[in-house]
Amino acid sequence: MRTLRTAPGPLPLVAGLVALLVASPLVFVGLQAAQAGSDTAHRLLARPVIGTLLWHTVALTTVVTAGTLVLGFAAAYLVERTDLPGRRAWTVALAMPLAVPEFVHGYSWVSLFPEVQGYWGAVLVMTSSLYPLVFLPVAATLRHTDASAEEVARSLGRGRLATLWRVTLPLTRPALAGGALLVSLYLLGEYGAFAMLRYTTFATAIYNEFQTSFDMASASLLTLALVGLALLLVALDARAARRGRVVREGTTGRGCAPMSLGHWKPVAAGALAAVVGVTLGVPVFALVHWLVRGSSTTLPSASIVTETATTLGYALSSAAVATAAAVPVALYSWRRPTRLARTVERAAYLTRALPGIAVALSVVFFAIRYAQPLYQQPSLLVAGYVVLFFPLALTSVRASLAHVPHGVEDVARSLGVRRIFVLGRVTLPLILPGLGAAFAMVTLTASTELTATLLLRPTGTETLATQFWIYTTGLAYGAAAPYAAVMVALSVPAVLMLTRRTFGTRTTAPREN
Amino acid sequence: MTGQPGLLIEQLEAAHGRSPVLTGLDLTVDDGALACVLGPSGCGKSTLLRIVAGFHHAARGRVTLHGRLLDDGRTRVPAERRRIGYVPQDGALFPHLTVAANIGFGLPRADRRERVGEMLDLVGLEGLADRHPHQLSGGQQQRVALARALAPRPQLLLLDEPFAALDAALRTELRTEVAATLRRAGATAILVTHDVDEALTFADTIAVMRDGRIVQADSPNTLYHRPADAGIARALGEANLLRSKPADRHAITAFGPLPLTTGTEQDGVVMLRPHQLRMTDEPSPHCVRARVTACLFRGHDHRVECAPEEVGPDLPERLVFYTPVPPPPVGSQIHLRAEGPAHPLHTEIASAEAEAVGS
Repeated sequence: MRTLRTAPGPLPLVAGLVALLVASPLVFVGLQAAQAGSDTAHRLLARPVIGTLLWHTVALTTVVTAGTLVLGFAAAYLVERTDLPGRRAWTVALAMPLAVPEFVHGYSWVSLFPEVQGYWGAVLVMTSSLYPLVFLPVAATLRHTDASAEEVARSLGRGRLATLWRVTLPLTRPALAGGALLVSLYLLGEYGAFAMLRYTTFATAIYNEFQTSFDMASASLLTLALVGLALLLVALDARAARRGRVVREGTTGRGCAPMSLGHWKPVAAGALAAVVGVTLGVPVFALVHWLVRGSSTTLPSASIVTETATTLGYALSSAAVATAAAVPVALYSWRRPTRLARTVERAAYLTRALPGIAVALSVVFFAIRYAQPLYQQPSLLVAGYVVLFFPLALTSVRASLAHVPHGVEDVARSLGVRRIFVLGRVTLPLILPGLGAAFAMVTLTASTELTATLLLRPTGTETLATQFWIYTTGLAYGAAAPYAAVMVALSVPAVLMLTRRTFGTRTTAPREN
Repeated sequence: MTGQPGLLIEQLEAAHGRSPVLTGLDLTVDDGALACVLGPSGCGKSTLLRIVAGFHHAARGRVTLHGRLLDDGRTRVPAERRRIGYVPQDGALFPHLTVAANIGFGLPRADRRERVGEMLDLVGLEGLADRHPHQLSGGQQQRVALARALAPRPQLLLLDEPFAALDAALRTELRTEVAATLRRAGATAILVTHDVDEALTFADTIAVMRDGRIVQADSPNTLYHRPADAGIARALGEANLLRSKPADRHAITAFGPLPLTTGTEQDGVVMLRPHQLRMTDEPSPHCVRARVTACLFRGHDHRVECAPEEVGPDLPERLVFYTPVPPPPVGSQIHLRAEGPAHPLHTEIASAEAEAVGS
């Protein structure tokens, strides 16, 4: 039974403040758009280009999301429910495309096959770089869900296909919905890959309005429209999730006997290998190709060290701030599961539902209007990263708190230890791994961030991503390759961590009597 | 030192948000006593414990320990300054600390080594000092939780269903052991539970809780044989309730005149526990004829349900009795007589429920 705790202390205040700060950028987009006035707004939004942008964005989002759902579910089913050998290796290989940033995916294809561009190019590149966002949660659900429901369906005389359609698929519906939401939000917020593939969406249009014509009113209106689209998707997902509540997920799924593939086994293995080849093989091949090719030309070996250091400097400082800020919010909602605490936590997750470019632009708006001296200062880039990746940190900290037995803080106090020391002696040591994970995730993700960095970096500062971007837009593919390679290398541990967390390795041994 | 009031709770009221949980609760626990608060889930017993521990606040009323005011709805002593030990249901051991560090958590550094050794002896876990909680069995974990709570010599120990997560055999063994440990340590303790057997075997005093207040607090024996009303009778075990007429310190029932446990009683209801009913071979005027409707073999005895053949206003539709002798099969006719004193119950509450009561 959960009960209310007493004597709130400063925690609610701090938690509320943090949530307010990270959720506030949205307000600035609104304010900026309101500045434009209704006439201008009407004129800007009535342009035919808006219709084109909407069509481009929706058409791409629909097809890519559908593609990732099919690919992600099929791969997860083959890996988790059949007797295909090498489950662990397949899982890692199928998750790994996430280690290649979308704009590096785009670079790999464009630099090798110049004909890959436009709508179908975007579909190919985005599907192959985003399907792991569906594969991972679906595979985790399949692994953790007791297979007895599927066995019962078989025992009631349903064939394999009927069972797959009527039992397995509905079981994974929440995971599918969550994955689809992530994929579509990524699509709405992506700039780099689309710019490289010469496909215009809301995100690229916003970036161009802002960066080339410096039209703030137009950019903010487009951003607002994009935010509206994102919130629509979140609402759709919430409905799908409500319908999917039937799933009973045990922490220890009893493995069922895997389905025997028989002589289809080579076919299935070949299909998976093809997927891995296209989604991971192409980028790896491109990087190796251009690294070898590039070495014959001038390799800027001195500057890559500088840029790696700059990148890590920004990434580490924003990771430290984001992790520290996540602790009070996570603690508050963990200690007091009240409506207020839940609201605070949800508000803190808000930026996760917003396209990256919208968050970055809102930070820019804020700086230009209210904190002019901060504009193009290092602290603003750190602030942008913190706002963007705060949900990542919060997820990690919250997940580690979920493993902390609920009474320990109470017991510690009953033993005569003051609240503040309880935090130091019990709670923080217990969530230390979670803090480490949060710190690492934010560091690694921020190191490969492109869109916000382009908008917020101080003049003259280049990170790995922006320097890579400068080279690729100048078609200097060989010179860009080392930067991409460093970014991929930095992302690999993050993907491994994400995979581990999704599958939830047990850290404590089960109790036995 | 037993006999002096240690913990004194007067007219305690508390709420969760807007819903009231405790509504004027009174409870006294003598120094050195093992008390038990017995009640169904959701009656507010955990909240009571959390208020005494200092994790939840009282809306009104007073909680004092040895004359020191802990909470009166306005001023409160923080949990860490109350010197009240707390053992929650799952033990809540600190997972990152060894057994020794767990036990020593609330001790000043200088005393740790010595006192931790003593406590390990007390709970019989010598040699496990360097283990981590996840390397212990459920029973061992609860022993460590107990040792940890007792280590700083608390003035009062609170146990919130500490055996609920254990399997049946271990539960029985551990609660006997814990009761003995607490008596050895001379501790004053309150155990909260919904398990009657646990309450009966553990405590010197049982307080039955219902709807946010204590309805009766007494020794286990008194409570079992002389409950104040039908609800309490039922909380302590199965009971047969019969209508009776008063007649000079006796109750006239369908089983004839039966002596009363207490004083005289007006027109009312009396209780007979299942073991007070016996099967008899030779019918007599004071026997009740009944037909066996259900029978359950429980190893040490049989639990038998039967329906009286002459259903009158004085008899319930169903009687329950326990017998070591194998009863005749379902459907057979038997004769029952009653033994020992009948206990009169408060009529207002009982009349609505004057029928055989199962648990």
